[in-house]
Amino acid sequence: MEARVSVIKKRLKSIKRIISVASGKGGVGKSLVASTLALDLAEKGHKVGLLDLDLYGPSSHIILGVKDVFPEEEKGIIPPKIHGIKFMSIVYFTEDKPSAFRGIDITNIIIELLAITQWGPLDYLIIDMPPGIGDETLDVIRFIKKSEFLVVATPSKVAMGAVSKLLKILKELKIPIIGVLENMKMTESSIIEDTVAEMGIPFIGSIFFDKNLEDAIGDGDLLLKTKFMEELDDNLKKTNL
Amino acid sequence: MHEWALAESIITAALEAAEKEHLKTITEIKIGMGELQQIEQDIFEFALNEIIKSHGKKLKNVKISIETEESTLKCKICGHTWSFSDMMKKLNEDESEAIHFIPEVAFVHTRCPKCGSPDFEITTGRGVSIISIKGKR
Repeated sequence: MEARVSVIKKRLKSIKRIISVASGKGGVGKSLVASTLALDLAEKGHKVGLLDLDLYGPSSHIILGVKDVFPEEEKGIIPPKIHGIKFMSIVYFTEDKPSAFRGIDITNIIIELLAITQWGPLDYLIIDMPPGIGDETLDVIRFIKKSEFLVVATPSKVAMGAVSKLLKILKELKIPIIGVLENMKMTESSIIEDTVAEMGIPFIGSIFFDKNLEDAIGDGDLLLKTKFMEELDDNLKKTNL
Repeated sequence: MHEWALAESIITAALEAAEKEHLKTITEIKIGMGELQQIEQDIFEFALNEIIKSHGKKLKNVKISIETEESTLKCKICGHTWSFSDMMKKLNEDESEAIHFIPEVAFVHTRCPKCGSPDFEITTGRGVSIISIKGKR
């Protein structure tokens, strides 16, 4: 009997809400939404944690400009604070080298991270999910019963094909979905809004493509001042976050 | 000392199992520890004892035994097998410490010693498990 799984619930006990930022498709801005959502909530005075579960391609540390920090060891590991966010990522342990993992290894990493990370009391734990409905998504559903999902999509038929599959499985499993956020909007298109309306899932709103965003990557203070952040914040007002 | 977190997982899992089996007291817990976890045994035992003390009657006279399972690795490309100690010889201090926290980052820091592939598997010796529990109803 694997013992580490038993302690996960205890580790997450003092966290009020857990929000998994996910998508069926890669490259839609999940990490950016997850990192900026964490920044936004921390800026408003909430106690926030951010867990990057994109184990092959972690990027939240790049977005937040995390450098030269390592978790403190105290009855487990305590995530370092970045811009007021308790931040945990596999990158502390991989030195940012390529990470080729198979499914069983992914599950073991997630179990270990969840079993040994001491988050302490948090208002929000944001999870930056990898794309798709593979091991990480299934493990979050299996081990983090109280997780809600915030789904990110781009206005493209190709993206929506994959995003719809994630939405369908979340719905089938009766996992709470906060809603779907449209990212990188460039032209008027109602493809996302129409698709989610048909599925009976809330459409949160849209964030327009921000050509100046790239210049703010790696700097939390600059990110807070972007148009992207302003639009994200406006959209969050339509949710209960 | 993340050994504390792992010790806590053992006790939590044992108490859950005892609850399921309607055990009033737990008399024995046999723990299986993958070598890859690189646990500092004395710290782990200290943590177990401290946690046991805080659980009062149910675990009062529990006997704990720890069996370390040797880790072996097998390449999926060339079939070569090697041991954890072979692997450790090639790691620097930081890499070794990273594997101590998250054992599966072995796939990041090491390669098959024969063909250089990162595509190998851990065939034995990972994870933290309870092999058996004894108790009284």
